[in-house]
Amino acid sequence: MAIIEAPPTEQLALTGTVESDYKPAGVFTRPKSGGTGWKSWLTTVDHKKIGIMYGATALVFLLIGGFEAILIRVQLWSPRGTLLSANAYNQVFTMHGTTMVFLVVMPIGAAFANYLMPLQIGARDVAYPRINAYSYWMFLFGGLLLNSSWLLGGGADGGWFNYAPNNGVLYSPSHGIDFWNMGLFITGIASLAGAVNLIVTVLNMRAPGMSLMRMPVFTWMTLVTQFLLLFAIPVLTVAQVLLMMDRLFDANFFNVAKGANPLLWEHLFWIFGHPEVYLMILPAFGLVSDMLPVFSRKPIFGYPFIVFSGVAIGFMGWGVWAHHMFVSGIGPISVTAFSLTTMFIAVPTGVKILNWTATMWGGKLRFTTPMLFSIGLVTMFTIGGLSGVTHSVAPADTQQTDTYYIVAHFHYVLFGGAFFGFIGGFYFYWPKVFGYMLNEKLGKYNFWLMLLGFNLTFAPMHILGLQGMSRRIYTYDAGYGFDLWNKVATIGAFILASSVFLFIFNIFYSRAKAKSLPPVGPDPWDARTIEWMIPSPVPEYNFDPIPTVTRVDDFWYRKYGETKDGKLVRIAATEDVVQQRSDGKHIHLPSPSYWPLVAAFGMPIIGYGLIFNLWLCLIGGIIVVGGLFGWALEPPDDPDAAHADHDPVAHGSDDGSAAEGDTVGVTEKEVEPVG
Amino acid sequence: MASAVQTHESVAAADAHAAHAHIDHDTNTGISNTKLGMWLFLASECLLFGGLITTYLLYKHPLEGPTPKQIFDIPFTSTSSFVLLMSSLTMVLAVSAIERGDHQRLRIWLGATALLGATFISGQIYEFTAFVREGLGFTTSRFSSAFYTLTGFHGVHVTVGIIMLVSLVLLSLRGKLPEHRSETVEIIGLYWHFVDVVWIFIFAVVYLIP
Repeated sequence: MAIIEAPPTEQLALTGTVESDYKPAGVFTRPKSGGTGWKSWLTTVDHKKIGIMYGATALVFLLIGGFEAILIRVQLWSPRGTLLSANAYNQVFTMHGTTMVFLVVMPIGAAFANYLMPLQIGARDVAYPRINAYSYWMFLFGGLLLNSSWLLGGGADGGWFNYAPNNGVLYSPSHGIDFWNMGLFITGIASLAGAVNLIVTVLNMRAPGMSLMRMPVFTWMTLVTQFLLLFAIPVLTVAQVLLMMDRLFDANFFNVAKGANPLLWEHLFWIFGHPEVYLMILPAFGLVSDMLPVFSRKPIFGYPFIVFSGVAIGFMGWGVWAHHMFVSGIGPISVTAFSLTTMFIAVPTGVKILNWTATMWGGKLRFTTPMLFSIGLVTMFTIGGLSGVTHSVAPADTQQTDTYYIVAHFHYVLFGGAFFGFIGGFYFYWPKVFGYMLNEKLGKYNFWLMLLGFNLTFAPMHILGLQGMSRRIYTYDAGYGFDLWNKVATIGAFILASSVFLFIFNIFYSRAKAKSLPPVGPDPWDARTIEWMIPSPVPEYNFDPIPTVTRVDDFWYRKYGETKDGKLVRIAATEDVVQQRSDGKHIHLPSPSYWPLVAAFGMPIIGYGLIFNLWLCLIGGIIVVGGLFGWALEPPDDPDAAHADHDPVAHGSDDGSAAEGDTVGVTEKEVEPVG
Repeated sequence: MASAVQTHESVAAADAHAAHAHIDHDTNTGISNTKLGMWLFLASECLLFGGLITTYLLYKHPLEGPTPKQIFDIPFTSTSSFVLLMSSLTMVLAVSAIERGDHQRLRIWLGATALLGATFISGQIYEFTAFVREGLGFTTSRFSSAFYTLTGFHGVHVTVGIIMLVSLVLLSLRGKLPEHRSETVEIIGLYWHFVDVVWIFIFAVVYLIP
């Protein structure tokens, strides 16, 4: 910051003492900014590119996790299925759950948070652009390490929550759970770094006038989500450290013979795990809260309520974990207490559902694809939420535990909730991100196919569960009445899979079609929040100039006003209030860097080292430490970056200097050693 | 940070609709990004140590092998704890030195902090080897696993802190730590104080409470 924004004399002085000490040659040169080839993706620190990479990677993992789901459903098609052995089945459902939670839903949330949140608050980038890149690479390497277990002796086989002592070497002698452990350590570091980064961004880098209570709901939900991550991830890390010590170094944390209490794992896991389910759903809640008002042409009903119910979920989410453990013998007092908290947490969730419904009430609804998915979320999540409330009735829960009823419940909230919201968000934001609309007709087919497949797959599981079919059992016998509903569920799973393929087809189809269509403008949906006032696809510098925000849905009220009797009137043409693409030459952006990739690359090597040979840890450690030192010693910015017009005269006069105020501050502060 | 006011003026002047612009600092909260980030990281660390301390409390009575009472050398650990706590004092002096622009003192106090930290770590290594010699291996009992994991984790944190302190001294020697970056020292100081405070808890819970 000082280098650019300081008065001329100081600037010269600093150039003499600080800048000349950096010899930006050789290994410490920063890559050139503004590139477009594959290299620019490897070294990028642009929150938009990182967001896209998060999304793309998550979609690939979705295909892997979805394939595992299909394997499960085919195995259960008929009694005594023979596609998978019991052992293979254990691995497949474990990896399905782990992949979907950690490598699909969480990263898609991260993709939206990365791409959208800085746009919604009017920032140039996130607070620490390089740490942001580091988070992505850590997520990617963690995911790859986790899935490499398939090639190196088999996946984890203890269920996604890997209960002790079943996760010990005694009961799971393959390295699968070690891979699970190492992979999730690495993605955990990614989440933690991302959480710090995004929280600081929201708190510190909002545009002028963007007070907390003027932020779009998605940004609010991102803030809550990242706080949940900040506090939940370390608890999982503790559990994983204990597990790693047990499995690799013969410690006694879950060794019952030495007096250990396996319940410790359950507590630690679910203290992480329940906030985890909220941090998976809240980003989708945020997206829906931004989409419904657009397609109802009404402001969100009760903005403070929807914000504070999200915050309340964030707090209360910490007090309900033991409802996962009602059958573990935690005692009547605990069961009663956690039953009550579980009932209470339905209240803020119900507030949200009421608000969404009331937002649509009396609105001019447009049933576009994003709107359909949003309504899909509201309805499907309500079903999942209600079956969730039945878990709070402890005697009933005792019957439901570990049956397909639970499987049905959490797929209704995570698929019917989170995933519907995300697909809707993809349709909604696709033009903003890539500059072309996804085909609406295919999109509507996509929605109805997905809704049908989803309900065919998971609704029968309620019945199966109440009939007593256990989850995580690789087969069943004929004559229990399970046959029919399993067949229905399997058919549903294939329909669901085809709807996902239709979505992917739509991406490529619309892209090809888009060439013959006029370019999509900044605001194709007549939307409300400020990210829609910048060109599509978003220019590298985001806003020019940074807008001043005066109320919630600021962009909408630049377009529309209200008459005395509350009628909506247009006060400005969209073309007049959106920003035009500028060359952005006068805007100083953070320079790309190799080092996040290097520092992240060492981590999976350490992971493999812990599993196979400790010498590898040394190599990985050297790469990590080298990467961090390269990172810390790297010049704050590419000296050759295009900002030659930095004479102080041009400074206070144009909007670019406001931009520099932000970004240069970011890059300069961000060079501190990060440990 | 030296020029926060300057930034403010240019932002305000730049924005065409500045009626609602009320940036009094270069960030919305007035706390720099790095410092806020460190606070958040430390908040997260609280849960990490909280989990490990809880685990220790659950497992502190071993079924076999040496018990805490038999093995702990309270006077020795009290001394090394005192050394670690004194390093917080030298850390404060280091921050105050760079804020005054006294780079010589800065390096002395940073070095002293690192040295005190290293003394603590040496004490821990000595303590661990002594315990192992007395029959308390990592795998001996549930107590030993919990004890070594908790205190070892803290030791790793202190070691990382020492590496950061030494890096600061080296940066300062090469003239790359000017006054306007004094916040870097302050932020690493935050980390260091946190590690000290955590040790107060660990020392009380592990060594003092029977």
